[in-house]
Amino acid sequence: MTMPPSSPDPFAPGINTPLAPGLDSIVPDEFPPNDAAPGTIPAGKPRSMFVRGLEVFLENKLAIVGVVILVAMVLFCYLGPFLYHTDQIHTNLAIENQGPGSGHPLGTDSSGYDVLGRLMVGGRVSLEVGMAAAILATVVGTLWGAIAGYVGGAVDAVMMRLVDAILAIPTLFLALVVVSMYPATELELIIVIALTSWLTTARLIRGEALSLRVRDYVQAMKVMGGGGTRAVLRHIAPNAVGTIIVSATFQVADAILLVVALSYLGLGVQPPKTDWGGMLSDGVQYTYDGYWWLIYPAGVAIILVVIAINFIGDALRDSFEVRLQRR
Amino acid sequence: MIAFFVRRLLQAVVVILLVTMITFALLRAIPGNVAIAILGPTAYRNPATIAQFDATYGFNKPWFDQYFLWLGHLAQGNLGYSWKLNQSVASLLGNRLPKTVILVGISTIIALIVAIPIGVYQAVRRNKAADYTFTALSFLFYAAPTFFVGTVMILVFADELHLFGPEGPQGGLVSDFTDWKDLTLPVVTLALVTFALFSRYMRSSTLDNITEDYVRTARAKGASERRVLIRHVLRNSLIPIATLVGLNIPLIVSGALITESVFNYPGMGYLFFQAAQQQDYPTLLGVLIVVAIATVIGSLVADIAYAVLDPRVRYVSS
Repeated sequence: MTMPPSSPDPFAPGINTPLAPGLDSIVPDEFPPNDAAPGTIPAGKPRSMFVRGLEVFLENKLAIVGVVILVAMVLFCYLGPFLYHTDQIHTNLAIENQGPGSGHPLGTDSSGYDVLGRLMVGGRVSLEVGMAAAILATVVGTLWGAIAGYVGGAVDAVMMRLVDAILAIPTLFLALVVVSMYPATELELIIVIALTSWLTTARLIRGEALSLRVRDYVQAMKVMGGGGTRAVLRHIAPNAVGTIIVSATFQVADAILLVVALSYLGLGVQPPKTDWGGMLSDGVQYTYDGYWWLIYPAGVAIILVVIAINFIGDALRDSFEVRLQRR
Repeated sequence: MIAFFVRRLLQAVVVILLVTMITFALLRAIPGNVAIAILGPTAYRNPATIAQFDATYGFNKPWFDQYFLWLGHLAQGNLGYSWKLNQSVASLLGNRLPKTVILVGISTIIALIVAIPIGVYQAVRRNKAADYTFTALSFLFYAAPTFFVGTVMILVFADELHLFGPEGPQGGLVSDFTDWKDLTLPVVTLALVTFALFSRYMRSSTLDNITEDYVRTARAKGASERRVLIRHVLRNSLIPIATLVGLNIPLIVSGALITESVFNYPGMGYLFFQAAQQQDYPTLLGVLIVVAIATVIGSLVADIAYAVLDPRVRYVSS
């Protein structure tokens, strides 16, 4: 969004004066939301940004490839088991480590589970934990960044130094410490991954909030008695939606990579449940036996999903015109 | 300039203090009795040991006293004692850290040597077949989990072709150089992960520079394309590399953790991985704080290097 450099307006209140001291000074909204207030943008206009974004997105061939791969993988994991029935609960050591062949297109693993069926069940865990963790991380990061950027001053400094400090601890190390303390369930994995990956989102949104808080409409809202909560939830977050969506997309890819890494290291979901990382971890024990079907399918599945999400994220970044430095 | 350094240094000190607080909070978050968690499950038989432990570490005092006591130990280089391995965490790190530094150092240098020319080449030949090929490769290595890349390396180069060893050098620091055949696969695995990041960054950094005014001026003066590329574009594109390496220390160290686990390479990452499996909390938290401080110092050095190398940053910041 390019705006002409506006000359300092003596009537614009508060641009150079200190902003709201904090969210504890929340003023009750005396002015109920009124969408038909004079001066609001006509209803059709905000949608056109999305239509334009969608056009840019659809022009991107890689984005289409990404969407197709992702949809295919989701269908594979969720509809697949209805078409291809396998027992993924009871072990059957009589048919352990069988190569691909009749009855088992991708062979069986060391517990006698059918690998193709296990790929579907395991994929659900990887996708669900990845998605849920990314959403949670995005919500936490957005609120944290928006509040820090909007309030500014000492609060901002403290909040962002805390982000710096957690960011200094590599995500995988932090997640491993927490997971080693409390045995991992899916819910715990989601929380651990979210709590270790909301930081980049917080930084990005803070940057947006710093530029948004001095905009005229935020200033106008303050003059009318709007409080900090209203500013963050109704003005800062919605206007940073492009950045939020783009960073959330990359968060999903990173969260999936983190959950499979934790499972690979043996600290993810526990048997009989599994995910793609857990499948690889099992398969690696048979590296020297040449049981390739225990390694390649899960690895390829992870790569396909992560690449697809990265394609989509790159395209979304172009459509929302978000300047975003990865990591 | 001086003001920038001082402010940046103070900021780093504050962040390191916060890191120690987070680590201390994690220490307090260990489920159950901290003394039993650290001394081992048989410690409950000996209340005197627990009482002594609590007194030594001040667990019978309020939490802020505990924090400062712990911080005091830390400042003296006392990172804790691993009862599981019966060794102080500092001496464990003394053995393991150099191995990780070798692995990370060699693979990062190799990744840079390969990624810089490729990134520049991609930018010059942008949207041609070669550019697309390398972009696809970097996407692939970015998306591939490190442990999968490592496993495939073992399957192909150790198992099938018998070119390199499947396991990292097991001995001390010297063995890394005498058993270089064993070191090859871990180094290549870690290098591939960082290569993906560096080459993409180098490509966009070169693309930014190619459109700058000084490049157009150099061309207008009649400088050869080769001279323009090397003297003007490459020199300026290299500046962010210092920042790139400094800021990606967490990513590289995480990659090292997984690489070391795949190849049983006895470095700091493998130590951490084993500690996580055995709930060896002193080792976990000791390594955690070392890694975090290294990261903070890394980004501090990166920022200062950037300001020294690029006068534009200096003007903006002062």
